[in-house]
Amino acid sequence: MSKDIILKVEELSVSFGESLAVNKVSFDVKRGETVALVGESGSGKSVSALSILKLLPYPYAHHPSGQILFEGQDVLKMSAEQVRSIRGGSIAMIFQEPMTSLNPLHTVEKQISESLFIHKGLTNHQAHERCLELLKLVGFAEPESKLIAYPHQLSGGQRQRVMIAMALAGDPELLIADEPTTALDVTTQAQILALLKDIQKKLNMSLLLITHDLGIVKHMSDRVFVMCNGVVRESGNTNDVLTKPVDSYTKMLLSAEPKGKPQTVSVDAQTIVSAEHITVGFPINKGLFRSKAGEFIAVNDISFSIRQGETLGVVGESGSGKTTLAMALLKLQESKGHINLLGQSLDGLSNRELRPHRRQMQVVFQDPVGSLSPRMSISQIIGEGVKLHGIAKTIDEIDDHVQVALQEVGLNPNVKDRYPHEFSGGQRQRIAIARALVMRPKLLVLDEPTSALDRAVQAEVIDLLRNLQNTHNLAYLFISHDLKVVRAMSHRIYVMLNGQVVEQGETEKIFTNPQHAYTQKLLSAAFDMRL
Amino acid sequence: MFSPLTIKRLKHFQSNKRGYWSFWIFLALFILTMGAEFISNDKPIFVSYNDHWYVPVFVSYPETDFGGDFQTEANYRDPVVADLINQKGFMIWPLNRYSYNTINYDLTVPAPSPPTRENWLGTDDQGRDVFARLIYGFRISVLFGLIITFFSSVIGVAAGAVQGYFGGTIDIVFQRFIEIWSGLPVLFLLIIMGSLVEPNFWWLLGLMLLFSWMALVSVVRVEFLRARNFEYVKAARAMGLPTPIIMFRHVLPNAMVATLTYMPFILNGSITTLTSLDFLGFGLPPGSASLGEMLAQGKNNLHAPWLGITAFIVIATLLSLLVFIGEGVRDAFDPRKSRR
Repeated sequence: MSKDIILKVEELSVSFGESLAVNKVSFDVKRGETVALVGESGSGKSVSALSILKLLPYPYAHHPSGQILFEGQDVLKMSAEQVRSIRGGSIAMIFQEPMTSLNPLHTVEKQISESLFIHKGLTNHQAHERCLELLKLVGFAEPESKLIAYPHQLSGGQRQRVMIAMALAGDPELLIADEPTTALDVTTQAQILALLKDIQKKLNMSLLLITHDLGIVKHMSDRVFVMCNGVVRESGNTNDVLTKPVDSYTKMLLSAEPKGKPQTVSVDAQTIVSAEHITVGFPINKGLFRSKAGEFIAVNDISFSIRQGETLGVVGESGSGKTTLAMALLKLQESKGHINLLGQSLDGLSNRELRPHRRQMQVVFQDPVGSLSPRMSISQIIGEGVKLHGIAKTIDEIDDHVQVALQEVGLNPNVKDRYPHEFSGGQRQRIAIARALVMRPKLLVLDEPTSALDRAVQAEVIDLLRNLQNTHNLAYLFISHDLKVVRAMSHRIYVMLNGQVVEQGETEKIFTNPQHAYTQKLLSAAFDMRL
Repeated sequence: MFSPLTIKRLKHFQSNKRGYWSFWIFLALFILTMGAEFISNDKPIFVSYNDHWYVPVFVSYPETDFGGDFQTEANYRDPVVADLINQKGFMIWPLNRYSYNTINYDLTVPAPSPPTRENWLGTDDQGRDVFARLIYGFRISVLFGLIITFFSSVIGVAAGAVQGYFGGTIDIVFQRFIEIWSGLPVLFLLIIMGSLVEPNFWWLLGLMLLFSWMALVSVVRVEFLRARNFEYVKAARAMGLPTPIIMFRHVLPNAMVATLTYMPFILNGSITTLTSLDFLGFGLPPGSASLGEMLAQGKNNLHAPWLGITAFIVIATLLSLLVFIGEGVRDAFDPRKSRR
């Protein structure tokens, strides 16, 4: 059997400067097999994979111990020349971000044929033929028209297909896929995964899959290695590990799926916000003088209302207009239609007139790094709104409010003098929630608040949001592409597609009995990874 | 007091030895020349006469105060006046007994005279002490540069901020205006305008400011364009913060790195422009101490190399110091270097 092992990593350690990122990790990949490295962010899974191709920033990164045997040869001991002949040749890699992984200035053909020239020494004509073949292989219906396309003319899923075609150009024996579908919508994700599986079978290729998503692991891999803090915690056949986990960390990962349901809303709950016929259009400018040639309708005639203590979930894929809808509701984006907050109309109010109303509706964003001003301390960030709206006057009073808000989101009030970069993603999201909460709003707009977080942290943040809703009787507008999270949070759901609501109703009704074809597609992609 | 990031940057600046030492040398020279009157002056720092104390550096005393004949200010370098004072008291002189406009009438050779014990770096073609003119010239150049840098930064940051944050039509109009404005031949315009008014320090400053403010606009504009879509800026808007406060508190810090990095180079540029104007004779009024005028004298008096060489060394040192400081600051703010 040992002949069948194509890649064997033994006791590999990786250090960046003084700090150890990967500690004596061992795993192996057999011919034609799919192996998954799974773990949360910072677990060292990507770093381990990058060291297989020696793609780390050497000599800052170095290997205190271990060897990487690819077909019996130690990659770590190879010269730069030898490693180059392997990269893109017998081992290929695809990355997470399909936009930045492709060179925006080159056509698809040029990018694919580059490795054909280098590794295969093909002529122009041969390369052209091979490119067409590859594009057909990755599922493009009209490969000719795509050859001359530039990356910006392709959708995210198409770009990822081109990336796969590039990787396949060198006839690799091992394909390393680093979070290949994380940046994609669920339906596209299902397509790409199906494609990978199909190609792997056709070419009898080995696949090393790096992911944080246990659903993908279950769906794709034969064997799995669970990593945490730079060590392998558990390994074995995927089925065994996922059904009978031994290690406490694996158990924790498996149980970290968002669970539970929101509390029922009382019948006589007051309506907090109602929006009627919200329409947002962006002008399309053309020609020398950028005159308005048309309008792109991002949000098309949407009406909704949210009651006290109620969560309205808005789901949809990227570009469906869900964030634009939220920005229009917050009056941060110009829109047509009527918005009514606590019985008062917000239509046509100037910025100054809006200011007292702003206190009632606050927002929490997706990116926990970008949503906190890096040069302000935590107490400055949280206290800013308190001061602005005159909720508290003296420094001591403001400080009290800040401390209470921090306690409410489960943080130690002592952290108030620290800066955002000292916190983890989940803690930062708590700070962002505290910043919104300290103003005692009635409505909280949550724009993908958990999307950038690890599953385990996600579950904590969802619990926190649900608790806060109960204690303060808050109304939530909850935007997410993650159906599991939405299910755990919302009372009612709006499904958006191309700026329109295609289906709406009670959460359970939609999940158990979806009516619209798009909703059905979304649900099967998200829960079964099937189309 | 400082955020950890600032401390990291300060440390990084310290570890760049060339920039760090340049900074201290420049600071020392700057502080020393600020007190030029106490280093090189034709008036004593302190006079004791008839048990009365006098400070001629600050106050103008008539000669009659010291028993002389004239109502005009005492010429302390006049041997007669010196004798009068020394009989009934004493004088404490600065290191160098010449001011920038003091003419040495006791030269034994025709001006420009080579370096002697009396005139350490010789005299120029009007018999004025080169060392004194150097100190005063250095001071006026640096002060001029600093003031220009300050005002161009304020104007440039404000203009860039408005363009970047609001974008749209404001941005397009301003950008086209700046493109046209920056296409004007600055030196010629300065010369033409300098001939319409009698140029003094403040006139020159104002004229140069008309053109120097554009240096920062593009970088600040880009930072504002980028940062106005940051989520913490959106959160601040959702909070209801007034626009000027959002721009100042949340967006401006992003642009400060670019601004600070540019400042030493703007300082350098304005000193160079002032020097070239002086060299061409369109700068500060005749008789002022200036490095450019000294260079011009060096060119006109090639037989007196101490003029040209001195001016060259001083200008080259000053500009090099500023460039080294600028490099140090730039590297310290470079996220790729300071992250580790």
